[in-house]
Amino acid sequence: MTLDEIKDAFGFFDSWEDKYRFIIDLGKSQESLPESDRNEHNLIRGCQSQVWLVADYDSSSNTMTLRIDSDAHIVRGLSAIVLACYDGQTPDAIIAHDMDALFAELSLLEHLSPTRGNGLRAMVSRIRELAHQHQ
Amino acid sequence: MNRSDFPILQSSADEPGFVYLDSAATTQKPNAVIDAVSNYYRTSNANVHRAAHKLSALATQAFEAARENVRAFINAGAVEEIVFTRGTTEAINLIAAVHRGALSVGDEILISHLEHHSNIVPWQMLAAATGARLTACNVLTSGELDLNDFHSKLSNRTRIVAIGHVSNALGTVNPIADIVSAGHAAGALVVVDGAQAVAHMPVDVSAMDCDFYAFSGHKLYGPTGIGVLYGRRELLEALPPWQGGGEMIEHVSIETSTYNRLPFKFEAGTPNIAGAIGLSAAIDYLHEQDWQILQAAEQELLSMCIAELQQMPEVQLIGTPKHRAGVVSFLVDGSHPHDIGTLLDQQGVSVRTGHHCTMPLMQHLNIPGTVRASFAMYNDADDVAKFAAAMRKTLTFV
Ligand SMILES: Cc1ncc(COP(=O)(O)O)c(C=O)c1O
Repeated sequence: MTLDEIKDAFGFFDSWEDKYRFIIDLGKSQESLPESDRNEHNLIRGCQSQVWLVADYDSSSNTMTLRIDSDAHIVRGLSAIVLACYDGQTPDAIIAHDMDALFAELSLLEHLSPTRGNGLRAMVSRIRELAHQHQ
Repeated sequence: MNRSDFPILQSSADEPGFVYLDSAATTQKPNAVIDAVSNYYRTSNANVHRAAHKLSALATQAFEAARENVRAFINAGAVEEIVFTRGTTEAINLIAAVHRGALSVGDEILISHLEHHSNIVPWQMLAAATGARLTACNVLTSGELDLNDFHSKLSNRTRIVAIGHVSNALGTVNPIADIVSAGHAAGALVVVDGAQAVAHMPVDVSAMDCDFYAFSGHKLYGPTGIGVLYGRRELLEALPPWQGGGEMIEHVSIETSTYNRLPFKFEAGTPNIAGAIGLSAAIDYLHEQDWQILQAAEQELLSMCIAELQQMPEVQLIGTPKHRAGVVSFLVDGSHPHDIGTLLDQQGVSVRTGHHCTMPLMQHLNIPGTVRASFAMYNDADDVAKFAAAMRKTLTFV
């Protein structure tokens, strides 16, 4: 799902229930990472849930390819929103993107808070770090 | 007890109430505690045990009266046996640290797989520093200690037994008097982590006969940053001090110091005076209650909560101990605890999800964590009903 499609969908929600059903379905529709990628190296440990991130940089197209998984559906769904912003983008575009502003616009900012311990904030930081390395 | 004694739980038109089921993490505070802390700062703030002036005398009196109040609350033999700490964690670290000179290779420390990290890691550190071996008693799927395993791991090599009174993750009430007498029979010291017990049952350290007992004020309707280490006087006398600094000394020269008497020997630096006074107010508040009524009400809420969850086929209770206090832990088939906690939070129900600082227990039970609903004296049947309704709705999502 593209970022625009996600934003469109959010425009129609008038209850927290619609929103969370959407996020959970989005999470369920994400392809899982193969067991071999759910390893210690790719793991971002949250206090409550765990996130795995596989990131590749293709120098010929100057883009980053990202795949994400989590053991929690809601975190997978939220990760899908992060992916919609970052996957296939150049390092410059990733660094320029304001994730807090997007999550605020979607009224999801609380989930990006480090105090939630869901690993999402740490994942965004890790992706931005990698983008800096390839800038 | 009145729910209206707890200002944070009051709802209003623009602030709809929430259902607070996370008291095992920390309890809410009654006005009596909030006022005691505030009044202390307003009327008697001064450093203790130091100055010749009136305010300091007032503060010292209140601080030492708090210690006496704690002594009576757990029925310790003497006020010298009550050491104020930052909390349970600091109390256990203190006991572990002052035993560094007392253990060596060949000695053993016996804990259990039920323990909170703060009753595991300090013992790992003590084991690493001394060469002693750390062993852990197994836990049955019921969430109860495997007492056969406990007895088989207890031997004359065991120098310290450190066990929780009540499990924060599953609510299991351990047979602590039996554990203490078995530990003593083997010649070991027995340390009890009472963090989850003190708000749920009367605790009598003299009857229990333990050597050390640790708890936190904030889980007992008191402030954060204050806790208690009870220690048998002759043991505390013989142990070396822990932190060095002001208050804990009798005389200091550049070369050497002599140490203050108990309990000040273990209280280096300016203590948490306001915290101790707040804790004392919390104990006074508890004294106004009737334990029998509180415990009966809590058992009824726990039974109602369990009965509701048992009607939900997707829900699996984690731990079914015969004796339970404060806590119900569960999992939902096919869902991560974090999903359940997030959806309950959207409905104004506060529970805790995750490993509850008991990672070895989660590994032992082979689960990623649990959803934990925990209860305190201000919870009522309406809270359970709202929780159950929120759970039913949550299950339609996952
Ligand atoms: C059983 C148990 N032991 C120890 C602790 C640690 O208490 P504190 O963080 O107040 O030091 C807790 C609290 O989380 C607990 O539940």
